[in-house]
Amino acid sequence: MEKLKVLVVDDEPGIRSGIHRILRNFSVGYPFMEEDFQFELIEAETGEKAIEIIESMPVDIILLDNKLPGINGIDVLEYISKKQYDVQVMMITSYASLDLAVKATNIGAYNFIPKPFTPDELKVAMEGITKHLFLKRMTRQLHKEGKEVRFQFLSVLSHELKSPINAIEGYLQIMKEKQVGDKIDDYEVMISRSIERLKGMRTLIMDLLDLTRLESGKKQREIKKIDLSEITKMAIHSIEPMAIQKNVRIYYDNGEPCYLNGDSAEVEIILNNLLSNAVKYNKEGGQVYVHVKGTDDRVIIKVEDTGIGMTEEDQEKLFQEFVRIKNVKTKNITGSGLGLSIVKRLADLYAGDVQVTSKPDVGTSFAVTLMKNAETTDTILLQ
Amino acid sequence: MTKKVLIVDDDPDSLSLLKFHVEGFGFETITADSQKEGEEIIRQMKPDLAIFDLMMENKDSGFILSYKFKKIYPDVPVIIATAVTAETGMIFGLDTEEEKNWIKADLYLEKGIRPDQLHREINKLLQL
Repeated sequence: MEKLKVLVVDDEPGIRSGIHRILRNFSVGYPFMEEDFQFELIEAETGEKAIEIIESMPVDIILLDNKLPGINGIDVLEYISKKQYDVQVMMITSYASLDLAVKATNIGAYNFIPKPFTPDELKVAMEGITKHLFLKRMTRQLHKEGKEVRFQFLSVLSHELKSPINAIEGYLQIMKEKQVGDKIDDYEVMISRSIERLKGMRTLIMDLLDLTRLESGKKQREIKKIDLSEITKMAIHSIEPMAIQKNVRIYYDNGEPCYLNGDSAEVEIILNNLLSNAVKYNKEGGQVYVHVKGTDDRVIIKVEDTGIGMTEEDQEKLFQEFVRIKNVKTKNITGSGLGLSIVKRLADLYAGDVQVTSKPDVGTSFAVTLMKNAETTDTILLQ
Repeated sequence: MTKKVLIVDDDPDSLSLLKFHVEGFGFETITADSQKEGEEIIRQMKPDLAIFDLMMENKDSGFILSYKFKKIYPDVPVIIATAVTAETGMIFGLDTEEEKNWIKADLYLEKGIRPDQLHREINKLLQL
């Protein structure tokens, strides 16, 4: 159980010990909090002493009387908000004039409790301020983490977008100055590399759009009863040209129709990503096995390949954005590094998950589980 | 004797472009396409100048490489080349003493590097 430090600032010893008694065995818990909060009390009889304590240790909540022998409670409050301490203040005062109330809340007090108060009144007030403190800290934390993730994402993204531009520009510059020769054939490699980089950039942009739509939640989801088996056949069909180029054969255990409530575009993205990985990271002449299976409440899509596989260490990094497994074997394979993080997010949308098993030089198998009824609003429910 | 330039870059096109131009300037090149391979090479041979890409297996591969490189060859100049954009804040210049202390590179170039600019900078670093 977490302990919050509560500083009680009041010149009347009776009030201080009263608060002590009331809060001694009291704890606050909410369903959204991981653990209950208890209170550890520190006392100060003057405002000066209170500031001294705040300066010397972190305090979470302050119960602050306004009428004090030296400086007033409101002065202490002013000091705290000027220094921007991460603390919530509740004023305790016997004559809570409207003026003072307005002033105190303007400076940053959370609320007021009039004196004298009953134990229950204090407990209710403590519940309120604890919840407020918790939510405020959590929000700040999430905000900070979100900003950092965003920032990193953008800096890596700009790198990924600039690299192909630099490469193509470099090749064009050489061609412009005819540095290698006068015939177009002299530049064949540079031209095909440029086209390759452009393709990679297109993939990256398409993946980014998928990801943005997912993240913003703005994309209108069209949830209806869909046949996974049908979508799988379509996805295999569209990956076939790439597979033929690499001499990879795709086997699908053309089973029964397999229904779930979902958005067909989303499920297509999952399949496209899994299949293109299975082909891309396969060996020349390799195989891809696709299984689609439904149980009572879920569907499982399994895509196995006989490709280059990866180490356990690589598997751990797999779902991070822009992480591409870089080694000699993957050197000439292009990709945005976003595909699997998109698959992961989509699986989350369906309250499902993504499992991977892999062995270097043997192959990789991805299993995506989707719940059949993860999204139930505006849907035709499966019987 | 022809000066040797080590180039480490994991982007195949960037690597071949750098190689093309540096050889065009009249230098000999040795190339590697990963931080790991780069580390192996510097253990075996001493080039006259090194060009490292920044983001390879690690986001700061170039820094790590140049740190290790300067430990063995403190007098050989190092250029870090990167497509990371300054605006994102991930860039570390060589402006302050503190940065110079741990980055250990002599020059920081943002890609696309113009060949003539690269030529000038290499000549300056090699005092040619």
